[in-house]
Amino acid sequence: MTTQAAFRSGLLDAGTPLPDGLVDGNNAPAGKRYDVYRNNVTHALIAALETAFPLVAKLIGAQNFAALAPFYVRSHPPSSPLMMFYGADFPAFIAGFEPLAEIGYLADAARLDYALRLSYHAADVAPLTAHDLAAIPEQTLATTPLTLAPSTRILRSDWPLFDIWRFNAEEAAPKPRAMAQDVLITRPEFDPKPHLLPEGAADWLDTMAQGAGFEAAAEQTLGAHPDFDLTATLTLLLGTAAVQRPQNDLNTRT
Amino acid sequence: MRDTPPRFDDLPNAIGVGYKPQHFSDLRADPGPVAWLEVHAENYMGDGGRPHAQLRALSQDFALSVHGVGLSIGGEGRLDPDHLARLKRLCDWAQPARFSEHLAWSTHGSEFLNDLLPLPYTAATLQTVTDHIDQVQNLLGRQMLLENPSSYLAFAESTMSETDFLAEVTARTGCGLLLDVNNVFISATNLGQSAQAYIDAFPTDKVGEIHVGGHDADEDSHGAPLLIDSHGREVADPVWALLAYTLQQTGPAPVLVEWDNDVPDWPTLRAEACRASEMLAA
Repeated sequence: MTTQAAFRSGLLDAGTPLPDGLVDGNNAPAGKRYDVYRNNVTHALIAALETAFPLVAKLIGAQNFAALAPFYVRSHPPSSPLMMFYGADFPAFIAGFEPLAEIGYLADAARLDYALRLSYHAADVAPLTAHDLAAIPEQTLATTPLTLAPSTRILRSDWPLFDIWRFNAEEAAPKPRAMAQDVLITRPEFDPKPHLLPEGAADWLDTMAQGAGFEAAAEQTLGAHPDFDLTATLTLLLGTAAVQRPQNDLNTRT
Repeated sequence: MRDTPPRFDDLPNAIGVGYKPQHFSDLRADPGPVAWLEVHAENYMGDGGRPHAQLRALSQDFALSVHGVGLSIGGEGRLDPDHLARLKRLCDWAQPARFSEHLAWSTHGSEFLNDLLPLPYTAATLQTVTDHIDQVQNLLGRQMLLENPSSYLAFAESTMSETDFLAEVTARTGCGLLLDVNNVFISATNLGQSAQAYIDAFPTDKVGEIHVGGHDADEDSHGAPLLIDSHGREVADPVWALLAYTLQQTGPAPVLVEWDNDVPDWPTLRAEACRASEMLAA
């Protein structure tokens, strides 16, 4: 009997002996035929990883990516049939992968790729507009946190992550210079896009995510980042559909 | 947008194609003979965004077949309850005319291996598969179709032919069958059997959908032909011939052209659909 455990054992490792009990049409040992499954499984997982991490592939080149990917797919096979979410652990895997240790920003590039993917498949919601915001009574606004849309993602990086992305995505983009950058990913319609978050903005949004009101969070952020530009941050958020419109009508609140 | 979306209660006896997002605009502008679309269930199990929007738009004009590739119907373990719940949600909102899955396994323990892996045809496998199909049909409240696999090898322990196995599954569960003619041709070639004899032995009265697709040719360790189910090119001539033979047995049926890898431009896929349409009309 060939159990599924036995069949599985050799699928991701070419060095494993063939499972017993597999035959060809003449009842002779199946030999190389098992390799078809081995190839299918390995190649499909590597292809899924390449599709999911285009910035990483661009940064290290297709050949290096092809050399790296088998290490990941063997040690981290998918845990769910939703292949569009395969690779959640790839950023951490890269961070711990010794041969790539010199490219310190590569794990953050992988986080950005994965965040774009999550954003693409996130739930659709109506965004908060400048008009909605203006209609909220000042007193309500002071104590109300803004809620980010499910497709909005924030990445904090010790590296110039936004500039690294832009340098690889846009012609004539400036060469990244050493600095820390926070990245905002938003999806106004169907295509997620990274934006550079102004200094302190990530702190402000995180403080509101923990329940603090708009004003209290802004004051707290200004304490830590005197240059925090609330107007510029709001303009960016509202202009990119980053904030979710509350489901109950704020205008009728007192 | 129409006020009431049309309802497509069954697939028409016409041509469908495996839907690819890059064809969205071209397909709608110039569908040719294409009357229905098949989508892979798992690709629409995110929470929203473009995949959902496209599927909603397409469901206005085309009957849909939702084709699962990740349920692991033949898996030794239990079906993944989270995945079943996602499948139910998708079928509830997309209201496909058909749901189909494969006679295969793809999940082992907590691992999803992302391939359709083969099964021995034994009493034990029959019990597992029928239990799982009962569970799916009860949950979805609809009949499902089960697709015959493409085989590269066989199991020494098998005690039944694939066609007898499938006939027994339909008898026990009331499910229908998805007859993939390309898979029949691949398996028959790879295992040194007759593809026509397979069709002759197939319970053709249970066929709810037919697939054709492209394959690649290789050789095994003994130099014998080994066909690979790649879905990456045109349908091969002997597969078209086997489709014609099959349609003589089944009568008119929904016929799908699958092209999943190295996806061509729309006119190329449309030309394949036209060829299938001529065969269906013959």
